[in-house]
Amino acid sequence: MTKRISSTQRRLIPAYIFLVIFSLICVFPFYWMLTAATNQSLDVARGKIVFGTYLMENLKNLLESQNLWRALGNSFLYSTVQTLISIFVCSLGGYGFELYHDPGKDRVFSVLLLAMMVPQVAVMIPLFKMMSAWGLLNSVWAFILPSISTPFLIMLFRQNSRTFPMDLMDAGRIDGLGEIAIYFRVYMPVMKSTYAAAGVITFMNSWNAYLWPKVVMSDDRAQTMPMLIANLASGYTVDYGMLMLGVLFCSVPTIIIFFILQKQFAEGITGSVKG
Amino acid sequence: MKKEKTAKGFTLVQRQRVAGWGFLTPATLLITIMSFYPIIQAFITSFKTGSSANMQWAEPLLYNFTRMFKDKIFMRSVGNTFLYLIIQVPIMLVLALLLAYLLNNKDIKLKGLFRTCIFLPCATSLVSYSLIFKSLFATQGLVNSVLTGLGIFQENFNFLGTPWSAKAIIIIALIWRWTGYNMVFYLAAMQNIDYSVYEAASLDGSSAWHTFWHITVPLLRPTIIMTVIMSINGTLQLFDESMNLTSGGPANSTITMSHYIYNISFGQGVANFGYASALSFFVFVLVAVLALINMKVGDTRD
Repeated sequence: MTKRISSTQRRLIPAYIFLVIFSLICVFPFYWMLTAATNQSLDVARGKIVFGTYLMENLKNLLESQNLWRALGNSFLYSTVQTLISIFVCSLGGYGFELYHDPGKDRVFSVLLLAMMVPQVAVMIPLFKMMSAWGLLNSVWAFILPSISTPFLIMLFRQNSRTFPMDLMDAGRIDGLGEIAIYFRVYMPVMKSTYAAAGVITFMNSWNAYLWPKVVMSDDRAQTMPMLIANLASGYTVDYGMLMLGVLFCSVPTIIIFFILQKQFAEGITGSVKG
Repeated sequence: MKKEKTAKGFTLVQRQRVAGWGFLTPATLLITIMSFYPIIQAFITSFKTGSSANMQWAEPLLYNFTRMFKDKIFMRSVGNTFLYLIIQVPIMLVLALLLAYLLNNKDIKLKGLFRTCIFLPCATSLVSYSLIFKSLFATQGLVNSVLTGLGIFQENFNFLGTPWSAKAIIIIALIWRWTGYNMVFYLAAMQNIDYSVYEAASLDGSSAWHTFWHITVPLLRPTIIMTVIMSINGTLQLFDESMNLTSGGPANSTITMSHYIYNISFGQGVANFGYASALSFFVFVLVAVLALINMKVGDTRD
């Protein structure tokens, strides 16, 4: 007995073919990274794309040549601190700009937006000099300070605060809450989903940062995961198995976050721009 | 709960006003210190020469800027960046738009699975995917073994050692990494379009292709403009890919502006902060012009 495909579905066959091919192209490099991490470099180069048995050997080599745990720890520390401070500072900003709104604050806000025009590479040298003068090089502060407050995050919180009911603030005031208490006890719980979206975005960006850490975290002890894997690939002979295992370690945290919080991630990147 | 006292004799309204400014002060101060102050510093430094400890005003004052336009490597990096921009951004955005359009069709099954797969590249860091692509296209890499295995190539081709193919691979890698990202913007915007618009169109006998170009695309104009500007902005600042996928080579044929500026200021050899600042100011002007266009376009939308 053959299953009938409805005429609508039949009409959509070219669309399915396109989607399947594109999806495979998107996923294949991940699959390849996984298999390469379990194979010997020579086999990877020969084009082996099935799982092998060399995983433990690659791990041993990786641990011998690089301080993997330290880099992972650093990346976790920097990204977590950055995320917590950043969403706190920017949500306070967005809260102040939107819910205590007046023409003066609007002017300040439009000036802040100008910071979006400033490319990272243009402020890299002055910021490096500042961090070096303050003795912060190779510390978590050098890593996080330039990107704690971003126009993007402030805007995300500001936009999403538009739906925040003012009545709740007034109710809080009537209950005798101070302005700061209202932020912590009323605003924060209501805005949970915005915090989640902002947190995911900030953590991902921070974990993946490369140019700025390369400038200020030159000491091996301060090395992050992206820097570590870039080092692995910079030699004359590259051990592909070991390299892809390193790339895997660097990607696992963000991939896990992606799968668990995909919705928040998507909301986060699109959130600040809805009209 | 205790009643809040009006501290320092402020009235309720005054206290609220002070609180409002207080809330936005940390964010505002940080942006001022970490973006506005440094960009002014960069501007001043761009008129200086010498090593970082001992900088002096350039003689003539515009020396760094005149040197910039005679610098073949920098001009090549500008050319490379614009080449990536002109080829990669349109291909990527058309693909993203098409994919979003297909995934917005209510008859398509397994939407969630397709969307997750296509969005997945965004979960990798720029360094990670650069290294994956570098390995895939290495002379002793998977792509070469497949192509020689199929008999398409007689011998392994040095993709990353040949200028045109190295550029092509950067473009392919960028498309791979960012198409899903842009698709998410289009999907979000398409979900705001009332379905009845499509129903009316199909009742009028409009073909899918016609509907796509004459209804979906015009309604998405603001989102499309925004993604165009975001992509241009990102491309002007490319660094990780140039650094890790091709190391800017062969012979600077794939180097980007940011990568060259990094090399001058923090790479091997003597750091030249003055000249690097002049170059970075050039990038700033490009990005700023773009942002101004963005604001103009954004204004007409509201």
